[in-house]
Amino acid sequence: MTHATPKKPGAPKPVAPKPALRRFHQASWDEPVIFELSSAGQRGVLPPEPEADLVEAAGDVFDNLPASLKRKTAPALPEMSQLHVLRHYMRMSQENLGVDLNIDIGQGTCTMKYSPKVNDQLARSHKLTELHPLQPLSTVQGILEVMYRLEEMLKEISGMDRVTLQPGAGSAAIYTNVAMIRAYHESRGEGKKRDEVITSSFSHPSNGAAAKVAGYKIITLPPDADGYPDFEALKAAVSERTAALLITNPEDTGIFNARILEFVDLVHAAGGLCSYDQANANGLLGITRARDAGFDVCHFNLHKTFSTPHGSGGPAAGACGVTKEMAPFLPTPTVEFDGTSYYFDTNRPQSIGKIRPWYGMAGNIFKAYAWIMSLGADGLREVSEIAVLNNNYLLNKVLEIRGASAPYAKGKRRIEQVRYSWEQLTSDTGVHSEEIGFRAADFGTHYWTSHHPFVVPEPMTLEPTESYSREDLDEYIAILKHIANEAYTNPEIIHTAPHNSTIHKIDQESFDDPEAWAVTWRAYKRKLKK
Amino acid sequence: MTTKKPSMYPYIPNSVPATKEAMLKAVNAKSVEEFYADIPDAIRLKRRMNLPEPLLSEAALVRHLEGLLSRNKSTREVLSFLGAGCAGHYVPAVCDEVNSRSEFLTAYAGEPYEDHGRFQALFEYESMMAELLNMDVVNVPVYDGFQATGTALRMAGRITGRNVALVPATMMPDKLSKVRDYVKPDLQVELVPFDPSTGLMDLKALKKQINAQTAAVFIENPSYLGFLETQAEEIGRVAHENGAIFVVGVDPISLGVINPPAEYGGDIVCGDIQPLGIHMNYGGGHAGFIASRDEEKFVMEFPSRLFGVATTCVEGEYGFGDVAYERTSFAVREQGKEWVGTASALWGITAGVYLALMGPQGMLELGQGIMQRVRYAVKKLNQVPGVKTHFPNTPHFKEFVVNFDKTGMTVQQINQALHEKGIFGGKDLSAEFPSLGQSAVYCVTEVHTQADIDRLVNAIKEVVK
Repeated sequence: MTHATPKKPGAPKPVAPKPALRRFHQASWDEPVIFELSSAGQRGVLPPEPEADLVEAAGDVFDNLPASLKRKTAPALPEMSQLHVLRHYMRMSQENLGVDLNIDIGQGTCTMKYSPKVNDQLARSHKLTELHPLQPLSTVQGILEVMYRLEEMLKEISGMDRVTLQPGAGSAAIYTNVAMIRAYHESRGEGKKRDEVITSSFSHPSNGAAAKVAGYKIITLPPDADGYPDFEALKAAVSERTAALLITNPEDTGIFNARILEFVDLVHAAGGLCSYDQANANGLLGITRARDAGFDVCHFNLHKTFSTPHGSGGPAAGACGVTKEMAPFLPTPTVEFDGTSYYFDTNRPQSIGKIRPWYGMAGNIFKAYAWIMSLGADGLREVSEIAVLNNNYLLNKVLEIRGASAPYAKGKRRIEQVRYSWEQLTSDTGVHSEEIGFRAADFGTHYWTSHHPFVVPEPMTLEPTESYSREDLDEYIAILKHIANEAYTNPEIIHTAPHNSTIHKIDQESFDDPEAWAVTWRAYKRKLKK
Repeated sequence: MTTKKPSMYPYIPNSVPATKEAMLKAVNAKSVEEFYADIPDAIRLKRRMNLPEPLLSEAALVRHLEGLLSRNKSTREVLSFLGAGCAGHYVPAVCDEVNSRSEFLTAYAGEPYEDHGRFQALFEYESMMAELLNMDVVNVPVYDGFQATGTALRMAGRITGRNVALVPATMMPDKLSKVRDYVKPDLQVELVPFDPSTGLMDLKALKKQINAQTAAVFIENPSYLGFLETQAEEIGRVAHENGAIFVVGVDPISLGVINPPAEYGGDIVCGDIQPLGIHMNYGGGHAGFIASRDEEKFVMEFPSRLFGVATTCVEGEYGFGDVAYERTSFAVREQGKEWVGTASALWGITAGVYLALMGPQGMLELGQGIMQRVRYAVKKLNQVPGVKTHFPNTPHFKEFVVNFDKTGMTVQQINQALHEKGIFGGKDLSAEFPSLGQSAVYCVTEVHTQADIDRLVNAIKEVVK
């Protein structure tokens, strides 16, 4: 090997092999808050000036504005030249990790996968970005065709009869499903009587929260000893008051609930409806479908399973699939095709109405469509099979790490993710899951514990989607192993982490103190003065 | 014909057959089928999904997608006066540069350490919005202005413990539909009529409708129909005298010249930030903001994330984190305030970039320039025989209603004729507001030149002749 070869005269000096773990340090620009960069008189862009003739013809445009509506002092925005605005944001972007930079399997439940650049690039065309939602239909046939075709694809993927692309994200899609369920029961005169929604503690928090917003009482099923939503608890909960069951399968444990048909049948027998939160669909494309398990409504997150970028927390996109019995309640409008052209159907008397302005997140709808087109039926199935293979590969490796475990379903395979526990490690060393995350940042990776409540103690949720290579998985495991080892040998380095991040340990106490919290720079300045 | 499976999928590194084999072996599995053993046979899909054949090469995919895009005609190719809550403002290049940065674009829910940049950028967004609004609390964006309005009203319901929201009858019907649905379990929505000659809220009616059940009085400034609610201060007073919360919807791009609602009694202010550096995206460019005073009783009712600033263990270093996290559904599921989830963070970062680029002078010049163009367009249009604008004595910001009753033509006919001349006329209001006759709401912004407006006026002149 060249590394071992001693330097010969005239030959390059050999570079030593890389150490086992990456020597990472995140960008740390020590960047001030933007207001501190302000310099009087500087400007970043100049708005187009109206023509002198026009200004003269317009006259005093404030002449009929009452004093109470005329702004007296200019907003105290920063004053900066264009390069300085750009540089500030470039520096902050470097102080952020996205899928493109890190092995983003530590954000379980969120299906962090590669968002193809070609789709992003095409979605920046003015033929998409500069479309107004009220343009004549003849000028938007391209985007309407995309919407129509994506609905057709999602119908096939879910087995459902209709799909709406209107919701802005996953939680909005959950809410849309609940609103349709409410409208369904109201249409049958059972709106008042059916006032309960059942969900499970391993479902996304928005299942309970969105149903409560819609006016329902929430019953939460605990996991049984094997980690499944407790069927006995469901039996006890279901009644003539049940409006719906909102459930995920697999739940965030990654264990497929084989009794799902019994769950659905039980709720249906009592007159309730079943809604399938398919945020965890990434391991099931072409394998099993919502309709086949008897669900009435379901939803996908296009920013998860269907690859559209997560945007630091949106814009995202949700898609709700429904049976034909539920279709009359879909949000308005639906996209239709008459054989020649695409159009909106707004004449939908039983519709729940609008869930958001217009028709959905067109950019992300376009990207999701492009992603499916690049893969096809075989490719989608490959996505799922590899995501599941990656997960089981990772599971085996995590279980070799001291202090880690995968509660429930011992010895069973999992679907696309696993909720692990560091309970043993915490009790041995005093190091908590959250702190492992802070330390993981030192190696250039993101790590997240799990949604609350922590039913699994000291949780960690890993979802290694199809985007990651075997080497990526091995590297992530090496990091976890290293940190676990530190917990047993040198816990202090974890307690004081991060060390190689942009910033260091944050003082948390002000965030819950109304006298000290500061959600804006002006509030911070004001409270400092006091 | 079925497309051949490729030797591997470029987006799926472990699809290389040898890798797959090795990994299966490593986990002691014969095939991936073993991982699906728990799925009952009755619900297995036993056929290949029926999807369009894939375009496996990037080149073929681009050709297909560009073909679809070419069937759209954008507002860069047609002179557009469409608004109605989604407006074509100029988007500075730096806005797109920043929101295209993959560190922001592909990140998600990172922690304050490895995603410090996202936390700081969103804190700065909140802070710059706060300067525009003269309020101390602004949230990390929700989905859109409709959602922000629904939540602002529910917040008012929770704060007051009352159950009626009074809203202006001039609201956009789509927005009203969303708001009604969203607040339904907590609040009944009642419309306050408007004065047909001015568009303004009927104060007498308001005073009659308001009572001890009124949680919120909501106005829009500017309204859906473009005019500014000049009685805002008085409406706020009426709300407060009756113990109601005064909720005001604003177009943030107007606030370089128009007083922010905090200065005339607004308690909760909400709206949509699409005008601030975000492309229309066929209606996908929306994000909502909610703002309030820094009072615990308001702050604790926000469902959204609120990023706050704090010290770190290193001197001179800013850290950021969640303020009052325990109020959110992330922390306590349905015990939290409404829900929080993925919404529109990247548009928030973008709006922050926009406000930093514009600065105080830019916002002032922009607002004034828009109002001048609107005044000019209104004057010119009123000179066209048979054409008049509604609410002539009420000030407008960027939109106004044009009435065509005396031309004997419908808005639909006029818009079709304008389209043939390469112009998108304003949104047809004839179905939404029959009392306004054959009317359309027109939107004029800084992207319009005098020549554009003259072209519109001349085209209308020709069409209605």
